[in-house]
Amino acid sequence: MYFWLIAVLLYVPLLLLMVLSVNDSITLGFPLKGFTLRWYQAALDNPIMLDALRNSLLLAVVSAFVATILGSLAAMAIVRFRFPGRTFLAAVTGAPLVIPFVIVGAALLVALRWAGFELSLWTVGVGQVVLCIPLAAIIVGSGVVGFDQALEEASMDLGATYAQTQLLVTLPILAPVLIASFITCVVSAFNEFAISVFLVGIEPVLPVYLYSQLRNTTSGPLIMAVASAVILTSFALVLVAWALQGGTRRGGRATPGSAKPASTKELDATLS
Amino acid sequence: MLVTPPGAALLMFFVLPLIAMLLFSFREGTFSPEREMFTLRHVVHFLEGRDVQRLLWESALTSAVISTIAVTLAYPLAYYLAFGARERRNILLLLVLLPAMTSYLLRVMAWKIILGSEGLLNTFLIWTGVTAEGFTGLLHNRNAVIVTLVYVWVPFAALPIFASLMRIDTRLFEGAADLGARPWETFGLITLPLSLPGIAGAFLFVFVPTLGEWVTPMLVGGTEGVMFGNIIQDTFTRGLNWPLGSVMSLAMISLTVVLLGVPVVVYRSFRKVRTRVA
Repeated sequence: MYFWLIAVLLYVPLLLLMVLSVNDSITLGFPLKGFTLRWYQAALDNPIMLDALRNSLLLAVVSAFVATILGSLAAMAIVRFRFPGRTFLAAVTGAPLVIPFVIVGAALLVALRWAGFELSLWTVGVGQVVLCIPLAAIIVGSGVVGFDQALEEASMDLGATYAQTQLLVTLPILAPVLIASFITCVVSAFNEFAISVFLVGIEPVLPVYLYSQLRNTTSGPLIMAVASAVILTSFALVLVAWALQGGTRRGGRATPGSAKPASTKELDATLS
Repeated sequence: MLVTPPGAALLMFFVLPLIAMLLFSFREGTFSPEREMFTLRHVVHFLEGRDVQRLLWESALTSAVISTIAVTLAYPLAYYLAFGARERRNILLLLVLLPAMTSYLLRVMAWKIILGSEGLLNTFLIWTGVTAEGFTGLLHNRNAVIVTLVYVWVPFAALPIFASLMRIDTRLFEGAADLGARPWETFGLITLPLSLPGIAGAFLFVFVPTLGEWVTPMLVGGTEGVMFGNIIQDTFTRGLNWPLGSVMSLAMISLTVVLLGVPVVVYRSFRKVRTRVA
């Protein structure tokens, strides 16, 4: 069926990368020559590669952490409260995802350098955070929407302060969504390329490093090896994040009004 | 108090930089002292550059083509997810989104290999006997850019369509069937119109980012597939002409606003007419 055709086609390019990463040939083409793991070994032996990898990992974790916090705060505010500027905040929170990355990157470059900052891992981090805030807000937001505020009310009725309620009731319940947001942001920030190119300094970042190696005709399979590793890890992490979000997502339709009633009794109940 | 941290962060690192870029358009040079602040030199330069402006239009056209194809391919996908899947819906949604959530750069790199003269596609064509030597014209042109970006964006395009399809009340289908409508009529008169907001949303969701695309054109586009984003990126990083780059970015933003604004205005006046008629 059409769906499966497209679904499979979506994976083919990625499988190609993985196949070429174990191909015993320095050229990235067909026919395939033989199975080897030496490219993975070569990647591990490459100090700059390891450096870039380390930087990217560190940066991704920190950026994801900051972005999740900021995104969650924004999501809570937007979903729960009415206040002047709410639409504006919602728009600005979601905007980085919709605006062409080249503009976000260029604008940050101009602004940060004008303010006197040198390009470094910090500047790359800023770019990653800006890009991940919308992601975090959307993911955590979906959890906040499904959150039953009666639980908070009950907690405060029983004597807890607002702060205690947030810490001991809301946070644990939202924990899966928060972690899902964190993981998704890590993957997103780690793989971020378009903005990093504008903001990267002397310290290498993995996507930018991989890109620079594309010019190098001998490092093709090595890039494939790293690429495959990144892809597989991204897959695994996204699956984990998805599983964590499962609790807050319903398998069926979102809005009660459009749900197909299971029986006429249910239909009567919703109508009355 | 919840709002301040994200609000401040976004303001500082998103809104302000955009404003900074706006101001930078009027600067004399990238690194010149502050007193040479205001000049329209770069604005004039851009407005006089016919080639660059034409490139902007062509990029917009390319983005429109990409968006249309992506939305068209994504619609059946979203349709199946919304109406065909039921219990397995979540897993299937995940299946479709998973490739899209890996590195964008790597996905484009993969297509560079697929379309290459010794790539997957050519090897397949030679193997099946369609052609003896393979095509060299698959890579390094505008079509390669379109194909690659469609591949990148189809999963994302499916999301808004899926969301709007899910919101349709299925009882409408029952009602239509009761009144004697055939499946195609139900689709054309009920499903499609009701999913129109999703389609429009998906189109824009693909159009706006692809307008500023430069990574894909750089990897698979060659000289023929250059897009406006490439010029901007080059002006900033290699050309070091930040004022000019800022002007170009603003031109792109303005074009986007105009292109988006027209349908919105049309839509609003259309609705007014409809309510008056009704």
